[in-house]
Amino acid sequence: MIAKRIIPCLDVKEGKVVKGTNFVGLRELGDPVEMASNYSKDGADEIIFLDISATNEGRQTMVDIVKRTAEQVFVPFTVGGGVRTIDDVNRLLKAGADKVGMNSAAVNNPQLITESSDRFGAQCTVIAIDAKRVGEKWHVMTHGGSKDTGIDAIEWAKEAESRGAGEILLTSVDTDGVKDGFDLPLTDTVVSVVRIPVIASGGVGKPEHFPEVFNKTDVSAGLAASIFHENTFTVKQVKDVCIDQGVNIREA
Amino acid sequence: MIAIVDYGMGNVASVKTAFQRLGYDVEITDSVERLEAASHIILPGVGSFQAAVEEINQRNLTEPLRRLAKEKPFLGICLGMQLLFDQGYENGISDGLGLIPGEVNRIETEYILPHIGWNQLQIENNNQPFASFQDKHVYFVHSFQARTGQQYLVATAEYGTKVPGIVQNGHVYGMQFHPEKSGEVGVDLLKLFMEKTNGDRGQQA
Repeated sequence: MIAKRIIPCLDVKEGKVVKGTNFVGLRELGDPVEMASNYSKDGADEIIFLDISATNEGRQTMVDIVKRTAEQVFVPFTVGGGVRTIDDVNRLLKAGADKVGMNSAAVNNPQLITESSDRFGAQCTVIAIDAKRVGEKWHVMTHGGSKDTGIDAIEWAKEAESRGAGEILLTSVDTDGVKDGFDLPLTDTVVSVVRIPVIASGGVGKPEHFPEVFNKTDVSAGLAASIFHENTFTVKQVKDVCIDQGVNIREA
Repeated sequence: MIAIVDYGMGNVASVKTAFQRLGYDVEITDSVERLEAASHIILPGVGSFQAAVEEINQRNLTEPLRRLAKEKPFLGICLGMQLLFDQGYENGISDGLGLIPGEVNRIETEYILPHIGWNQLQIENNNQPFASFQDKHVYFVHSFQARTGQQYLVATAEYGTKVPGIVQNGHVYGMQFHPEKSGEVGVDLLKLFMEKTNGDRGQQA
């Protein structure tokens, strides 16, 4: 049986891992390569780097981080954030990333998904969707969850799949940062309309939130950032809780 | 020296690092001369079967790889494993290296595709010394699979169908998953491949 994946996410700004998603009062936590290596030793099934650099220098630094990570981390890793063009995808893959995540650029130019999938394969084309509940629907948000595109997130997930996305990284803007658990209705809805793996993101406050989303939806993976920072909880602790609750997990 | 075949399909840095970590001298190359000088040949790869065949042909590596696979231990990883078979059906029919009888086509399963994630190895034919890897998780990312005879199967993974994970024909081996991305288990499998093929060669000599 295929195991459910536990994925720590590292927000990287100008080459340093930072804490805080609202871009205010960011605190440096350390070196991304070292942190990724430690997470993988602790049993992380995959690592995601989210580049929130504001400068071109910061983005260039990310390429170096990817190279160093490929030399030291023996689990797959994905890089997202600031990916605008097919050249950006190519540069990150060449540096050693296993997958590249696209968000706003794919919304603005869906052809980018098709091009990436045709050229590099579905397996490395991850589409990140930030979704927010609006009435009976969910809308795709961009600009760090602040701008409503008016696009139906469920329809967008289907389109991303039809254009060749290999995975969807689904973040709920409503639950992100609330620490009360994943957005179960959103996750369940997206998982039921696509036939590619979905990674749930947004809302984890304690290890129990992982078995909850795995037992209540058919999602393939769960992502969290802050609970793993500064060893609040270890990946192993999260996995132990999952195993206790009957989730099929790769033992760390 | 271990030679990793460089033919422009996917990143090979992690494969190189994994062997280096085991203490081996590794070279990434597309030179026939260097491949001839190597003790072991590793064929990695990510992407489509047809594109890979074209890249290998363009570099005039098809015949040298077929010849060298008869002479020395050979390991195909992911797409590189699929290329070991006779034919692939991704984007039309193309000829593989024909080192293991069989063909490669889309995974037929009720489950979602691609088959992405950590799946458990089921050891076939009580194959030694791989039996100690029973139920170990390794990292798969693919939508196509090999179809081959039971005698060539070392390990499979259950994904609504039996997906070949490790295949073998003499000293030609294939791993459908990414050992270089499968943590300690993956590194241990590469180590076993090296030890087993070194041992086999010793017996032959």
